[in-house]
Amino acid sequence: MPVTVRLFRGGVHPKEGKELSCSEPIRTAPLLDKYTVILHQHIGAPPKLLVKNKDKVRKGQVIAEKAGFVSASVHSPTSGTVKLVNCHGPAGSHTPAVEITSDGKDEWDDYVKSDPDWEQLDSNECRKRVEQAGIVGMGGAAFPTSVKLSPPADKKIDNLILNGAECEPFLTADHRLMLEEGEKILTGASILGRILGVDKISIGIENNKQDAIDKLRETASKYSVEVIPLRVMYPQGAEKQLIFAITGREVPSGGLPMDAGCVVQNVGTAAAVADAVRERKPLIERVTTVTGKPVCNPGNWKFRIGTPLSKVLELAGGIKKQPAKMLLGGPMMGMAQYSLEVTIMKNASGVLLLDEDEIAQFGSQPCIRCGRCVEACPMSLMPGTLSQMIESEKFDLAEYTNVMDCIECGSCAYVCPALRPLVQHMKRGKAEVIANRK
Amino acid sequence: MAEGKKTDIKLPDPSKLIVSSSPHLHNGSSVRKIMWLVILALMPSCIMGVYYFGFAAFRVLAVCVISSLIFEYIFARMMGRNNDWKDGSAIITGLLMGMLLSAGMPWWVCVIGCFIAIVFGKQVYGGIGFNPFNPACVGRIALIIAFPKMMTTWVPTRFMDKSFFVFDKSLLSPEKIEQIKGMSHLPFFHSVIDGVTCATPLGVVQTPFKLGTATEQLVGTVTDWQHVWQYAIGNIGGCIGETSAIALIIGGIFLIAMKVIKWYIPVSYIGTVAVFSTIVHFSMSPPALPGMVYQVLTGGLLIGAFFMATDMVTTPMTCKGGIIFGVGCGIITCVIRNWGGYPEGVMFSIVLMNALTPLIDRVTANRPFGKKQTSKTEA
Repeated sequence: MPVTVRLFRGGVHPKEGKELSCSEPIRTAPLLDKYTVILHQHIGAPPKLLVKNKDKVRKGQVIAEKAGFVSASVHSPTSGTVKLVNCHGPAGSHTPAVEITSDGKDEWDDYVKSDPDWEQLDSNECRKRVEQAGIVGMGGAAFPTSVKLSPPADKKIDNLILNGAECEPFLTADHRLMLEEGEKILTGASILGRILGVDKISIGIENNKQDAIDKLRETASKYSVEVIPLRVMYPQGAEKQLIFAITGREVPSGGLPMDAGCVVQNVGTAAAVADAVRERKPLIERVTTVTGKPVCNPGNWKFRIGTPLSKVLELAGGIKKQPAKMLLGGPMMGMAQYSLEVTIMKNASGVLLLDEDEIAQFGSQPCIRCGRCVEACPMSLMPGTLSQMIESEKFDLAEYTNVMDCIECGSCAYVCPALRPLVQHMKRGKAEVIANRK
Repeated sequence: MAEGKKTDIKLPDPSKLIVSSSPHLHNGSSVRKIMWLVILALMPSCIMGVYYFGFAAFRVLAVCVISSLIFEYIFARMMGRNNDWKDGSAIITGLLMGMLLSAGMPWWVCVIGCFIAIVFGKQVYGGIGFNPFNPACVGRIALIIAFPKMMTTWVPTRFMDKSFFVFDKSLLSPEKIEQIKGMSHLPFFHSVIDGVTCATPLGVVQTPFKLGTATEQLVGTVTDWQHVWQYAIGNIGGCIGETSAIALIIGGIFLIAMKVIKWYIPVSYIGTVAVFSTIVHFSMSPPALPGMVYQVLTGGLLIGAFFMATDMVTTPMTCKGGIIFGVGCGIITCVIRNWGGYPEGVMFSIVLMNALTPLIDRVTANRPFGKKQTSKTEA
């Protein structure tokens, strides 16, 4: 098969750092005494709490139920006793959570059992199972998957794209998943394709993961999935850039992938879908990369949702030296954390520690208009100009200059020689524009 | 969460973790690095200038760099931007200022030029990043207007043959020398203009052309290969830094290779001058103006195209904009050279196009991903 390597406009290529963990097989984290499951883990409405203090729950039992169309249920990661708490959320503030003290039995709820007849299920039943399993986008955005699978009738979906690009430096969770559970991903892909009524399923993988490309190609044709190697360039895994690289279509400004006839799902999400439909397993665990130079034993683990970062780092052997930053997610879009109480959520693709000499230290020198941000911007915006507008609080001008199209990928700030905190400016600009619209 | 921790496992100390917005990586570039690469790229031309014009050239360059740094330091501090002077941009402005002056320039003219460049060209607008015009161009234009005679009087190089056509024998009378020496009766105000001057190749050709006295023979003389070689290595009259074409091209290619400047501004600028002058050359019979090789290698075109029209702050950000900028500069340069009041138009063309930069940026903005091209109608 000829190697096709596709690309989008702009982008940057940071040092990958994936060698720290890419050859570490996925290990399953041992059962903990206690998990703290944050209720609001997704984009959309917070779910409705179903349990109260001292309730006994079983593994996989719904502890908070989807409330509204854009929402997702949350399940207990193990069997045990409930305590309602507030815990540190990844965004820094305290957020309602359910603490489950394990009874050590790790008993599944009754409804969780493998269904030998899953292949006979119709698409509605499949979609319902995905919804019940509380699956959200596991690449980082945490958008409820069931919503993506229910496009309005007037949107014709003809392309399902699986996102195996994993363009964030350091992260290798998707890479390992593709190598070790490729069959599950492909099954999930065909289920997703069936739900959407799509024949064309492709999976885009950056070609720095040649082993994963080869591995999936062995069996992909059986599932009528096309494996597409992509050139290594950040942010290749951003939804709009991935769609453009694979189909040549542009998602219209302000629109969703469905406006370009596409649905994009992370490979981890596809694997979770396979579990949900075949075995009725809810989303209570995920593969997360724990890495960074300060980490003693970087690797990839399957953690239950609700595992605190202190345990995560303990499993990775602790640290060699004090890191300057602790991130949830990758180094380009991840969120900096300051508490070890924060727990693994459904979208936690990585826990990354960065050394002092690796981190960006933004100041705010004046823009010298070098235009490097313009070259790097995958959305073809003018980040430098926008940041000056936002700095001088001209938000209407920023809106006119398309600040709302920014995907906050960080390519502009990565290349800025004046070390301007461009993403921070963009986030502020977008927030102000949204506030003004109300 | 602290229970059951084994003693040998160390966890991060949360109180020492930095929290900030993404991204958390940076490619390590900095304004200072860019500026020092430009300084490095200017070095071949400076060295050639000092080689040809001797210690006098070094003196002019040194005075310009030091005075620019001092003015930058004082005025940046006055505006509360204490560290601005460290970024190296004042050194570039000073170097360019010096390279655009004759080696015979009195030191106080250099200081005035640098004052205008740094203060009126840059600091009054708010310092680096906010100046609409190239500071060195501003300084240089101010000097041309203020000291027209001095600014069009050149010293010969150390190796120049007196029979070389640029030797300007008309200036050898004592009164004229006094006139161009300026305030030489004051102590310390001596200039090195010691009675021997010469013209620039452009002056020799463009002035007679405008007076209608250019001959085919003159054009033939200035474009023979022997002379072209002199232009290339820099053994001609002119400013310290703009004479050696080879050194300027080396510096320019270095900057393009280091990705400090984009190829499209110099290429479109020089290309436009080349095409324009070729057309003018062949449209006249007999040709009263030399063709493209001469127009490109002499005068300030190369230093302007590689080092001044590529100044990031004052030029467009997009490729399309850069090409418009370069073509505009090229046309204005040729028009001034051929029909304007000055023999050279590079500085004027760059400043004029600088003024258009915001407009060019506006009309050449990239189409945002996913936006239809048609939605560009509102003001």
